[in-house]
Amino acid sequence: MSTVTAPATTSLLQSRPASRGRRLRNHLATGLIIGSMAVTLVPLVFLVIFVVGRGGHVFGWHFLSTDIPILDREMGGGMKAAVVGTLLITGGATAMAVPLGVLGAVYLNEYGKQSRLARFIRFLSEVMTGVPSIVMGLFIYILWTLHFKSFSGFAGSLALACLMLPIVIRTSEEMLRLVPDELREGSYALGSRKVRTIRTVVLPHAAPGVISGALLAVARAAGETAPLLFVIGIVTDTNSNLFHGPSTALSAQIYKNAISPFVGAQDRAYGAALTLILLVFVFTALARVVTTVYARRTTAAV
Amino acid sequence: MPEARSGTATVAPVLTRPPAEQHDGTREVLPPELGERQIVFDLSDVEVRYHGVTAVQNVNLRIAAREITAFIGPSGCGKTTVLRTLNRMHDITPGAEVRGRITYHGEDLYGPRVDVAEVRRRIGMVFQKPNPFPKSIHDNVAYGPRINGHKRGDIGDRVEHALQRAALWDEVKDKLRQSALGLSGGQQQRLCIARALAVEPDVVLMDEPCSALDPIATARIEDLMQELKSDYTLVIVTHNMQQAARASDRTAFFTAEVDDAGRRVGHLVEFDATEHLFTQPSDPRTEGYITGRFG
Repeated sequence: MSTVTAPATTSLLQSRPASRGRRLRNHLATGLIIGSMAVTLVPLVFLVIFVVGRGGHVFGWHFLSTDIPILDREMGGGMKAAVVGTLLITGGATAMAVPLGVLGAVYLNEYGKQSRLARFIRFLSEVMTGVPSIVMGLFIYILWTLHFKSFSGFAGSLALACLMLPIVIRTSEEMLRLVPDELREGSYALGSRKVRTIRTVVLPHAAPGVISGALLAVARAAGETAPLLFVIGIVTDTNSNLFHGPSTALSAQIYKNAISPFVGAQDRAYGAALTLILLVFVFTALARVVTTVYARRTTAAV
Repeated sequence: MPEARSGTATVAPVLTRPPAEQHDGTREVLPPELGERQIVFDLSDVEVRYHGVTAVQNVNLRIAAREITAFIGPSGCGKTTVLRTLNRMHDITPGAEVRGRITYHGEDLYGPRVDVAEVRRRIGMVFQKPNPFPKSIHDNVAYGPRINGHKRGDIGDRVEHALQRAALWDEVKDKLRQSALGLSGGQQQRLCIARALAVEPDVVLMDEPCSALDPIATARIEDLMQELKSDYTLVIVTHNMQQAARASDRTAFFTAEVDDAGRRVGHLVEFDATEHLFTQPSDPRTEGYITGRFG
């Protein structure tokens, strides 16, 4: 052998020329990664500062518990109708889209797999992800609102559910795919049938991820304005009946108040924006806590 | 073959081979009742295909009750594939197809009216990689009894009994509510054995149960297998010839040969009492493998 390794006297700290270039590239890559993170964080931080700065002074219990003034130019008032509307409409959409989406994902990953029907459904679900949300609104407007000739929160729920469904299907299927086959086999080997295996082994194992995915869909839906524009009516008084009569939502009120020339309405728009951000944040945090507790009970080591 | 359904009547030629003392007077004689041992599995002309491609073929063997049958052979020879035909695990493998005839206590295992879940209840399985469910130790063992409809009060006893049989009880009795994933690899594998035993099977299939374990954990599992064979029929697949020689009563040697189309197809070369197979192999390929000349 003609190549000689570095003599034993060479210090380990002394870098060879080749490794100097590598170190440089390493620093460069690290810098780029930190830079990209900063660029991503900037809009988020500014958005939060801006919304809190402009909406913070109107936000409070009074804001959440007072109805929206009928006249835009009135100062004060609250967003009670919109908070109630958003909770009801998004809740209704979640109640429809999440179970359906999870069941759909179970079909795709556990039963359909690569069959023609499963591939077709997967394709449709992808197409559905790409449909603009306003088109979903129009679809429900034609199918539901025109048919029953009345606005309702439920119509909004339907439109949002259409929007959430493909997201839930996609993330849930991804999570089910991550469940190791060894666990399924372990269950089958004990004489468990397929439905039982899915219910007691596959779904609990995938639950944290499935919940995260569902939450992503909820957060997305809660902030949507377009699908609600023509189906819920956008009123100012609280309607606690999801199925009857026109309703309203935070997103719709942000839109309506922000384009008003009056300071009172603009303040309320910022207040509503802050409320919406907080609402989504609270739900996300809550679901994280629930998943962590659940995961600790079932999967955590020691 | 029109056999008695009880399966006690027929005696397989391979099981009645004259005891090994003919060849060597000093060797321990196989138990005399061997000839009357009940036959649990009878495989004739078994062939398994994956997506139409034959993986293993021409498998003819009989597995006797309450002893340890080992499948050995080089990688890709089809030993795991054959093992998985015995509890119909191939039913959930897409594209897998089992041909030939396999009877379990005289009943056609692949008959049209056979309940697969019932098959797997009677014929338990332990996998190569320990695969405890991400649940507590207790819930892992209780899983089988629960799905089989046992009552709550009954389950605690079953869990304890199964863990004791699997020689794990003393190590885990104070932490039954903790996650099974916190156990060591060897403990996890014994937990999987306990989980299989809790269903009270007749047969336990083990697919390389020690390949992921260190020698100490392996020794514990091997001891455990010796204890279990008084009550259960065990079939193990192993890469480790010493393990087969140490632990099993009967050994089947599989190998793979390249066919005309250039594919590797596994088949059974020799099936015999372990002592005999390891000392007086009748096939030169077996001899080559066990002496380390190939594979």
